[in-house]
Amino acid sequence: MATKAYQRIYTRLEAITKATVSLKAKGISNDELAVVGGRLAQVVKTKGDLVTLQVFSGTEGIPTDAEVTFLGEPPTLKVSDQLAGRFFNAYGSPIDGGPEIEGEVREIGGPSVNPYKRRQPSELIPTGIAGIDLNNTIVSWQKIPFFADPDQPYNQVMADVALRADVDKIILGGMGLSNDDYLFFRHAFEDAGALDRIICFVNTTEDPPVERLLVPDMALTAAEYFAVDKNEKVLVLLTDMTLYADALSIVSNRMDQIPSKDSMPGSLYSDLAKIYEKAVQLPTDGSITIIAVTTLNDGDITHAIPDNTGYITEGQLFLRADSDSGKVIIDPFRSLSRLKQRVQNKKTREDHSQVMNAGVRLYADAQNAKTKLENGFDLSDYDHRCLDYAKEYATRLLSIDVNISITEMLDTAWELFGKYFTKAETGIKQSLIDKYWKGR
Amino acid sequence: MKTKGKVIGIVSNLVTVQVDGPVAENELCYITLDGTPLLAEVIKVNGDKASVQVFESTRGLKNGDTVEFEGRMLEVTLGPGLLSSVYDGLQNNLTTMGSVFLKRGEYTDPLDHGKLWEFTPIAKPGDKVAAADWLGEVKEGWLPHKIMVPFSFKGEYTVKTIIPEGSYNIDTEVAVLTGENGEDVPVTMTQKWPVKVAVKAYKEKPRPQRIMETGVRCIDTFNPIAEGGTGFIPGPFGCGKTVLQHAIAKQGEADVIVMAACGERANEVVEIFTEFPELIDPHTGRHLMERTTIICNTSNMPVAAREASVYTAMTICEYYRAMGLKCLLLADSTSRWAQALREMSNRMEELPGADAFPVDLSAIISNFYSRAGMVILNNGQSGAVTFIGTVSPAGGNLKEPVTESTKKAARCFYGLEQNRADQKRYPAVNPIESYSKYLEYPEIISYLDENVEKGWVSKVLEAKNLLRRGREANDQINILGDDGVPIGYHISFWKSELIDFVFLQQDAFDDVDALCPMERQKYMLDLVLELCAVDYQFDDFEKCRDFFKELINDLRQMNYTKFQSEAFNEYAGKIHQIIEDYGN
Repeated sequence: MATKAYQRIYTRLEAITKATVSLKAKGISNDELAVVGGRLAQVVKTKGDLVTLQVFSGTEGIPTDAEVTFLGEPPTLKVSDQLAGRFFNAYGSPIDGGPEIEGEVREIGGPSVNPYKRRQPSELIPTGIAGIDLNNTIVSWQKIPFFADPDQPYNQVMADVALRADVDKIILGGMGLSNDDYLFFRHAFEDAGALDRIICFVNTTEDPPVERLLVPDMALTAAEYFAVDKNEKVLVLLTDMTLYADALSIVSNRMDQIPSKDSMPGSLYSDLAKIYEKAVQLPTDGSITIIAVTTLNDGDITHAIPDNTGYITEGQLFLRADSDSGKVIIDPFRSLSRLKQRVQNKKTREDHSQVMNAGVRLYADAQNAKTKLENGFDLSDYDHRCLDYAKEYATRLLSIDVNISITEMLDTAWELFGKYFTKAETGIKQSLIDKYWKGR
Repeated sequence: MKTKGKVIGIVSNLVTVQVDGPVAENELCYITLDGTPLLAEVIKVNGDKASVQVFESTRGLKNGDTVEFEGRMLEVTLGPGLLSSVYDGLQNNLTTMGSVFLKRGEYTDPLDHGKLWEFTPIAKPGDKVAAADWLGEVKEGWLPHKIMVPFSFKGEYTVKTIIPEGSYNIDTEVAVLTGENGEDVPVTMTQKWPVKVAVKAYKEKPRPQRIMETGVRCIDTFNPIAEGGTGFIPGPFGCGKTVLQHAIAKQGEADVIVMAACGERANEVVEIFTEFPELIDPHTGRHLMERTTIICNTSNMPVAAREASVYTAMTICEYYRAMGLKCLLLADSTSRWAQALREMSNRMEELPGADAFPVDLSAIISNFYSRAGMVILNNGQSGAVTFIGTVSPAGGNLKEPVTESTKKAARCFYGLEQNRADQKRYPAVNPIESYSKYLEYPEIISYLDENVEKGWVSKVLEAKNLLRRGREANDQINILGDDGVPIGYHISFWKSELIDFVFLQQDAFDDVDALCPMERQKYMLDLVLELCAVDYQFDDFEKCRDFFKELINDLRQMNYTKFQSEAFNEYAGKIHQIIEDYGN
């Protein structure tokens, strides 16, 4: 960070908490950056002459006589085509050993798009994963998180999805990534030969938690450059938003704010919405699609973080370990893509929505049969067939390691229907049965 | 002399201002940031320090920046051209903004000053008039838009002059009124009104007299909402709140619809912009957008303007109500509004109430709901504002402050249930816990007696009772097993499933089923109740199940066919045959 010649240096802190420092200073603007004892900080509150700064890397070891200089501007990112293929930390500085970026300086966390200028989404994003493409089809400018317990391979799934998606740029915002996961993403992108269309902003578990607060805005500012200025299709990956929210609660707690549900700040909904609502289809061809990860505590979606997320995003993809097939599957009951109707049967085969519904409904019948079995009731022939179907359905379609085209998914589903059920049991429209039925 | 001040403290969008003169609670002010004026509202005054909430991002604001107070509260501009407009929470016209991104400090005019309107006078020189009395009329789309004596006028006025029939723009002086003290006041086609103050320029506000049809069976028949009534729809995410609200917006029997998108997804608003201009109003055959105003503060727009958005929407409804029109206000979601209140209360370091919401949350909500209602105007005609809000309870748990406060204020409760949504039983309105207090109103009971059928309400209660009995039977079956209960339990259960599948569930995406007029609802309820009255005999529960499954399938096909069409009557004949067969 360059300092200006006339800059005044302050050397007396009035108060220090774990995440913030306060000092007396004049002419300070809201959201402005400062350097406190060599660490980057941002103005979060002014009261008379007293200015409170949130120190991104924490205040450990900062003395009351630390040098403070104000930089006169909010956090910025230099944007240009040079961003492509590069890895950055939360401040937008390269961490891959490459040169600094040259380009136009943009404030991060800028204004929102006029809703009236948005367009309706209509472009399918195929992922090869049937739990997504078949049951929860996603479209460009959708914002959708994976809900997953921490032990599930959500980062792997997300990397697969990103690399298979037909987009111009993939921007990863990593918050509290373990070093292993960071290297995993890096290698996955390298191996796929996709580095030229990847941009990463990474905060690892080794970095201080409050720094994470910058990551989504950095990633989305870069995304807006490519989507708005370059009319590109951009996919933004944000992992893990739960750790982002945790950082929010740390700051609000240090600022003595009254916590609301689950000790989260009262503004959690707005804070998350500001990020997710950057997903957009512009009147030009540019678009931003956001796929995020929200880790859950033992599948609890009533916690404030997944709950607020669910009200903001257009559905969620729920990962679950399935004991029948021994695989991690995309749970068809708890997952939802609110925008799937925009493309199903329109951009995909005419039987898509009917096959999807029949497949999930029969899978639900299998769950009922399972409950009956567990409660010691007798199973009918239909129940047995449902259970066999469920196992194969989970293995061949719901599992996250599937990688086939949507037409293949539909054909597989018809094959399973024909193998285990009668035509009437599927409840599919007669005209489609006549055309696609396989087997008996 | 305007009061001036300077900024002395900033936390997010709460700014403390040192003032040099008098300021009023809720007074507006502009804070100048590098030459850009940012609109803000006073929410607390302490000595010479005023706390103001800024309706924009405060990034870059400095202590010492200048503030100028406006001497007025947040107002909306009322006049011809409100319908089919898209506004933000502060009534800026979003359609006339040039750039893709919303620019801070860019305020656009809500109404078109160039457009000409065909004016027809109603009042004559010499007429005695008071606030909200009609002076003339212009055609806004197909609606008669009354030009009124501004709501803010106090006392009686005499019409001095009024312009003749002709085309004028909204700024034309249409009349000159003479006050009680002899002063002449010009009146144009527009007026301003502070959003947080209820418009009370009417004669009286009686109890609701009739129901407002929505074409949604589980509302109109089971829990009808009155014209001028209030209702709310709480539900967890993914339960179909938005679909249900859009269905009501599309089909509601109202002259004017105002939709307030309050802190919700931009995407959903885009859906309204794109779809409504294409959709046809089933009651008038005109484009839906012609009778619709959208107020939109999506979740990423400034929080303080979110609170303003619901008030702006309500004031526009009250304006059209004063013209003798029936208005429907839909706000999605009032929880986001309450959260905006919580954020501000939190920043002001007020002592929090439950879940950190402000302690007066309940009072604020009931005050807002009380602005709905049917009114008798000074000229004896009537108008109404019906209000339906959605609530997004955290974790789908209805025991939270916003739901509980709203329950006290709203008269209809349409609780959406996760379980029903999971089973794809849409609309997922819980049939047993939901209620409409209007079913207990003698006025509404006699309205239904006259307009639907004598004794209608008791039929509805009978159907509700069958649902309750079915649920109890189902509980027993689940505990004891299919074979562990007498066959009568299965019959009770399947009768309730019959009502559920045929009557309560409705396909909002099907051209025929989406809109079910009252006449058809009556026909179907009668048919279903007739089927439930039959004394069925089955050898075992499987036969019972198969019989009802087939019956339900036939009745659902009926829902998908045009009322009284050949195919419809064929199904009806088949079903009456069944009733007859079992009757003997």
